[in-house]
Amino acid sequence: MTNSPRTPGIAPARLPQEAYARNFADVEPPFDAHEAMVAADRCYFCHDAPCITACPTAIDIPLFIRQIQTGQPEGAAKTIFDQNILGGMCARVCPTEVLCEEACVREMAEGKPVEIGRLQRYATDTLMARGIHPYERAESTGKRIAVVGAGPAGLACAHRLAMRGHDVVLMDAREKAGGLNEYGIAAYKTVDDFAEAEVNWLLQIGGIELRTGQRLGRELSLEALEAEFDAVFLGLGLAGVNALRSEGEEHHHVRDAVDFIAGLRQAGDLSTIAVGRDVVVIGGGMTAVDAAVQSKLLGAENVTIVYRRGQDRMSASTHEQDHAASKGVRIVTGAAPVRIVGGDHLEAVEFAYTEEGPEGLKPTGETFRIKADQVFKAIGQRLEGAPEDIHIEGGKIAVTGPGRTTRPGVWAGGDCATGGDDLTVTAVAEGRDAAEDIHATLTGAATLAAE
Amino acid sequence: MADLTTEFVGIKSPNPFWLASAPPTDKEYNVRRAFEAGWGGVVWKTLGEAGPPIVNVNGPRYGVVYGADRRVLGINNIELITDRPLEVNLREIKAVKRDYPDRAMVVSLMVPCEEEAWKAILPLVEETGADGVELNFGCPHGMSERGMGSAVGQVPDYIEMVTRWCKQNTRMPVIVKLTPNITDIRYPARAAKAGGADAVSLINTVNSITSVNLDAMCPEPMIDGKGTHGGYCGPAVKPMALNMVAEIARDPETAGLPISGIGGVTTWRDAAEFLALGAGNVQVCTAAMTYGFKVVQEMAAGLSNWMDEKGYASVGAVSGRAVPNVTDWQHLNLNYVTKARIDQDSCIKCGRCYAACEDTSHQAIAMSPDRVFTVIDAECVACNLCIDVCPVEDCITMERLAAGAIDPRTGQVVPAEHGDWTTHPNNPGALKAAE
Repeated sequence: MTNSPRTPGIAPARLPQEAYARNFADVEPPFDAHEAMVAADRCYFCHDAPCITACPTAIDIPLFIRQIQTGQPEGAAKTIFDQNILGGMCARVCPTEVLCEEACVREMAEGKPVEIGRLQRYATDTLMARGIHPYERAESTGKRIAVVGAGPAGLACAHRLAMRGHDVVLMDAREKAGGLNEYGIAAYKTVDDFAEAEVNWLLQIGGIELRTGQRLGRELSLEALEAEFDAVFLGLGLAGVNALRSEGEEHHHVRDAVDFIAGLRQAGDLSTIAVGRDVVVIGGGMTAVDAAVQSKLLGAENVTIVYRRGQDRMSASTHEQDHAASKGVRIVTGAAPVRIVGGDHLEAVEFAYTEEGPEGLKPTGETFRIKADQVFKAIGQRLEGAPEDIHIEGGKIAVTGPGRTTRPGVWAGGDCATGGDDLTVTAVAEGRDAAEDIHATLTGAATLAAE
Repeated sequence: MADLTTEFVGIKSPNPFWLASAPPTDKEYNVRRAFEAGWGGVVWKTLGEAGPPIVNVNGPRYGVVYGADRRVLGINNIELITDRPLEVNLREIKAVKRDYPDRAMVVSLMVPCEEEAWKAILPLVEETGADGVELNFGCPHGMSERGMGSAVGQVPDYIEMVTRWCKQNTRMPVIVKLTPNITDIRYPARAAKAGGADAVSLINTVNSITSVNLDAMCPEPMIDGKGTHGGYCGPAVKPMALNMVAEIARDPETAGLPISGIGGVTTWRDAAEFLALGAGNVQVCTAAMTYGFKVVQEMAAGLSNWMDEKGYASVGAVSGRAVPNVTDWQHLNLNYVTKARIDQDSCIKCGRCYAACEDTSHQAIAMSPDRVFTVIDAECVACNLCIDVCPVEDCITMERLAAGAIDPRTGQVVPAEHGDWTTHPNNPGALKAAE
């Protein structure tokens, strides 16, 4: 080994080889059977349980926990998958501390909720490890549906449509399906290629043809899809990255955090990933935390997250912020980047302190510099490559009800569509609900229901 | 410090905690360890008659019922009486009693239902220096098939007969151990008293199958593909045991007969409850089998602390204290009217009270859209189920309606005086007030 955390500039292999496996191991190891029993026993089986209401996919949490408690984790998994076919990934990446576990009455009672996320993982892992796919397709409807985007929304939509007897062509611009599950989440949250395994498991239902390398506006056009298919679902995600609008932003060592994370996720050998000695991540969300923590785990000596507003406005949860802090990442709030300093080698980022005023965020006039040889931008993504002739609202595809766009026969869901938080679990709910609406529309059930 | 020394049928022990006749008291080694740990006495594992000892199964002999986190709630066993030679047991009893003269040493006996058999064994026990004998009329498995154990305990005439034989043939106190596998515990207790018993001890184990192996389709514990019923004990049987102890304590025919309370005693509180219902001491097995002999230290310290707090100077001051308050249903005050009250500050909004009341009781709890739960007095019959299922202690309480208040459920004024079923107008057999 020639490099270390103190090697100047951007360098690979800062750590001994064995450190990578350790650093990128499962961030929260799974429950064993006994731990799951003990954890399950804490559930009070609440009436009209608040945790169900707090779950965007409305999983019947008390029921699945009771099924674990009675020794039927596979039955528990079925309860989960009935509502959320990506229950395995959601068990890993959901910010449960602001969803089901925040609503858990034991959180209110004693500040220690039932560990719903880990129990969900225990159930779903148990079933998936047995290679079981617990759903069968309904009799064929003869309808064909195009699902564009194989992220969480598209996968959930495709699965539900296939289950209802429709034939689905699932398309994605990238080489692999999975969307952010495959490309956008920290590696230690989804070890052992779980995202890929989950997609393969999901596709076992049959009736879903996966076509990769298909991008809307490049290989695909909405008009052609509409002509060929009975319905179209758009789960495009947010492919564009917001600009810093700071001087020097175009420096080649200023990168998009999402690209860094995607590269890391696809790397076979993590020691080949080059990372700076002094890394600055600009942003306040989950992507910023994932980029910062992984930089640190790759061996960066100093990693700082800088967010322009106050800590309470960061969209990364407290749990995520604490995790970052525990890995040695420093979080600076109330500072916005002014310019990138340096020549060929990046030297620092200059920030201006900010304050919230009636007219919004204003610089106080005071500035400071943070040493940096690598900068990651994580200040949000935006919709890119949306088809024309579809109404956009606030930078997203406008939808009403279960994902109906302004264009008849075209539905949308997930991060690209209006409504809901940009979370995996929300995307799953939207994809699933759009699928049910597409099904109802194509089979006339909607008209019947409305009458 | 409260005085824990007890004298039970003339047998002194430094505390009221005895180990029951069971696997933990089968050998000198175990009993010495028990005394070192602080047990006040032991009832030595049941001896049979001289000759070739009985044999036990060589597969599993215990079954279990678990609560959360594999907490042992109940164990059943198919172990028989001691399977060691009589002379070995007698020699060991003598040695231990010699070394621990301050501890109670009672020997459990089970021999065939013939006077000669009892006549033969009693002098042998007496010779060890043991303080007393306990007649095992309780074990519901194995030995009962041979006409002993609960086969005797289920026939009051036999109990009386054997007890009398023993009283006639020994100077030692005779404690009769009763089986709960009967319909009314008062009959065997009366029979024991009639036979001259110095005391009764109860309960022995409850006949049971703890679980079924659903792969092998066989009861547990499974011996080569077959199972049999066994004797159930531990915390799960305590409520049955408490009732039986209380029934004997308050039965006019047996009132005052000393009782050794047995059945799921695990903590000082369990012991205090048995004492309050009339026991003079308690016997323990499952708690020791689950946690080891050291548990007695919590029991003794806890009982002593509690007695100090309450100002009870001796175990005798506690014994029987709750018996006057155990009564028949017909004497319960029907004019005692309470309503559930939910403390909104401690409510955690789980809704279990609502589900229980709405689905299985009286629809007396209202739930608002923001999960505030309130009692509807006009429906509440004060059944207590909401309190029983509430996970938060003291969140729901029962509040008595004052005399003169109107019960919104019945529209009636709450009377100040006691009024029970014996005088209730709906009772066809009601006692008419003197006209």
